[in-house]
Amino acid sequence: MDTGTVRKPGTGNEEFPAEKFQILDERIKEYKGKTGATIRVMSKAQEIFGYLPREVMFRIADGLGIPPVKVYGIATFYSYFSTMPPARHKIISCQGTACYVSGGRQMLEKLERILGIRRGETTPDREFSIHPVRCIGTCALAPVIKIDSEIYSRVSIGKIKKILARYSKKYEEKN
Amino acid sequence: MGKLGIEDLKKISEKSSIAGAIRSNEENDTKVVVHMGTCGIASGARKVMNALKEIVDEKKLNITLDEAGCLGICEREPIMTIISKTKPVVRYAGVTPEAVREIIESHIIGKKVLDKYLLANFQKGAENITETSPSEKPAVFSPEWEGPLKDLKEIDFFMDQRRITRKNCGAINPYKIDEYIAMNGWTALAKALSEMTPEEALDEIKDSGLRGRGGAGFPTGRKWELCRQVRSDTKYIICNADEGDPGAFMDRSQLEGDPQSILEGMAIASYAIGANKGIIYVRAEYPLAVELISNAIDQAREYGLLGDDIFGKGLNFDVEVMIGAGAFVCGEETALIHSVEGRRGTPRPKPPFPAISGLYGKPTIINNVETFAAVPFIIQNGSKWHSGLGSETSKGTKIFSLAGKITNNGLVEVEMGTSVEKLVYDIGGGVPNGGKFKALQCGGPSGGCISINHLDTPIDYESLTKLGAIMGSGGLVVMDESTCMVDTALYFLEFVQEESCGQCTPCRDGIGVMLGILTRITEGEGREEDIEQLQKIGEMIKKTALCGLGQTAPNPVLSTIRHFRPEYEAHIKDKKCPALRCRALITYSIDPETCILCGKCQKECPNDAIEGVPKKKGSKGEPFRILIEKCIKCGNCYSVCPTGSVLRT
Repeated sequence: MDTGTVRKPGTGNEEFPAEKFQILDERIKEYKGKTGATIRVMSKAQEIFGYLPREVMFRIADGLGIPPVKVYGIATFYSYFSTMPPARHKIISCQGTACYVSGGRQMLEKLERILGIRRGETTPDREFSIHPVRCIGTCALAPVIKIDSEIYSRVSIGKIKKILARYSKKYEEKN
Repeated sequence: MGKLGIEDLKKISEKSSIAGAIRSNEENDTKVVVHMGTCGIASGARKVMNALKEIVDEKKLNITLDEAGCLGICEREPIMTIISKTKPVVRYAGVTPEAVREIIESHIIGKKVLDKYLLANFQKGAENITETSPSEKPAVFSPEWEGPLKDLKEIDFFMDQRRITRKNCGAINPYKIDEYIAMNGWTALAKALSEMTPEEALDEIKDSGLRGRGGAGFPTGRKWELCRQVRSDTKYIICNADEGDPGAFMDRSQLEGDPQSILEGMAIASYAIGANKGIIYVRAEYPLAVELISNAIDQAREYGLLGDDIFGKGLNFDVEVMIGAGAFVCGEETALIHSVEGRRGTPRPKPPFPAISGLYGKPTIINNVETFAAVPFIIQNGSKWHSGLGSETSKGTKIFSLAGKITNNGLVEVEMGTSVEKLVYDIGGGVPNGGKFKALQCGGPSGGCISINHLDTPIDYESLTKLGAIMGSGGLVVMDESTCMVDTALYFLEFVQEESCGQCTPCRDGIGVMLGILTRITEGEGREEDIEQLQKIGEMIKKTALCGLGQTAPNPVLSTIRHFRPEYEAHIKDKKCPALRCRALITYSIDPETCILCGKCQKECPNDAIEGVPKKKGSKGEPFRILIEKCIKCGNCYSVCPTGSVLRT
């Protein structure tokens, strides 16, 4: 991250209104000096903004008095953090062992084909994004996918389109 | 109620009921409990609860509604339990909102058990719900009461289990501390504080033979002793709830089903080693577990069971929750510590061990959820009782999660030393749909696969290590004939490569090289010398990697080579995948004899690789054929074909 041309963070624009930065600043104040402050503030920031844009990472670094590269390093180390804007619906495709044995990989490939994006990407209309994860711990229901906070269990390849249709008309079956 | 003294525990337990039982002085005679762990909720338990509320309101029934954690038989969720003061417990499984109405109308109003939703077959034929016979006692709290979940003992899945750590899971409402106290909760800490010196409490754990339940099986007492001996003004206790092994969910269930037991175990540890701060490190992927453990901490604080001067005995100990941000390597002690400190979770060389120098350089104990949950029982029942359970070298019980190709998916707690066969067949019900058992994967990405020849292996730390696998956290995934062992090894290696922190060369690069060789094998480009190469590099990584993740990373490859070598050879020499899983080595075709010309395969094919015309009214259709050169072998046609006419060879 070069610091030369960066905008003064938190001056407010459409996507990052000043109020959101105000909330972030309060969180920074709250956690500064506490156990594991950086990660905690970052996860709060992700709750506030939906992801961690560079402006936000700079703000956190400034606020906590640490080099921005520390924040960036943490953001890219943990799969929980995202530096890309989120989609309206986040599809989590479990790739744990039980799901793998029951066809989880095929499920992920099918999702990629239907949505026309690769894992980790967001559809151009920002409707869906696909995130493979290692295990959500509902192995008895494998294979599972999770869309937002809803878990779909024992998903079969044939069911995927129907599930997506609940979130977007685009995928309704045409007969 | 404010801060509790020891005598208050008894008062609470005399008053409080639990979700899984009823008291004779309770207002309603009947109670309906929905089991709401993550598995239950994912299967629709919330909708079941709403439907229940609706029907109870509508029919103005005098029924208490309650919730409890998961019983462990996740396969049959959502589960609903009906308890009454005079009748035996009846459990219904696979309950849908529509079924709720049926069940209530039949069971509560018509006084007739509804066979088709019963969890246990033995309850079948109990046509009318009558007063109980002496053998089927209702779950009423009384001096003769035998404890919750007794009825389950007659189901195959529970018969051979020894539920100690999981005793309360599914029996109490995990949101209520009083219910935990009603099950003798927090009395172990009271006993330790009033009857034992810290040294005695420590000795009790040492003598019990308790070993870490999270992976390597290091003796818990020895770890604690090491930490106790270090002088320091601050010591930390960390509960590792970063259950990252794919295929393992026992910690999640414990956090969701009986969170107080973990806090009590940690508090006892703090007394034994002289620590004053506790941290529970939970994965962000477990939102319900985070909610429940946080709630449990709040309630324990309110009762003064966490905080300053606990029970007025001078123990100061408090716990906070830290949420992990998703990195498998954070299950490693030193990486976890870095993560708690708010840094990248990269491991460091040991020694110094965390027990000497851990979080912020202070002595730190890190134990797994299950280990802490076992501690109160040891203090309550004594070390002799615990060391009498299990096998020669591995004492006590262990919780396993059974998943994959197995009939009864779920969580089981058995004595250490139980055989693989008993777990997979007697408890797990074997492979479903007539499939054939091929391998048991245990220990996740650090573990290995055991073949059918080792079904009689007793599951304990040493026996599994001897076979090239590890106990790990207890995730057991059953694989049938349709799983390719080379591909499985590849799957785990991809996993560890992605999760490798990249610090040390053996792990970062060595795994990469192994991955290259394995990929080549599954693509039909394997060479004669590849197996030896894999073994050589694997052994090297085991010896030289920095942390536990790296040192165990080659296990899935080495163990599959050891137990399934012919399968590797088939890939390399015959260019065949016996399990028909590796894409480059299989071809799809359509059997014209059985094909009904429905056209489903063509519609599903993403690459227009199927030619033919479906049969419709007025058209005879044309036979279907897969164009080999265009086929990307996605297998869609194979899975959608209604007549099994797509052949995979």
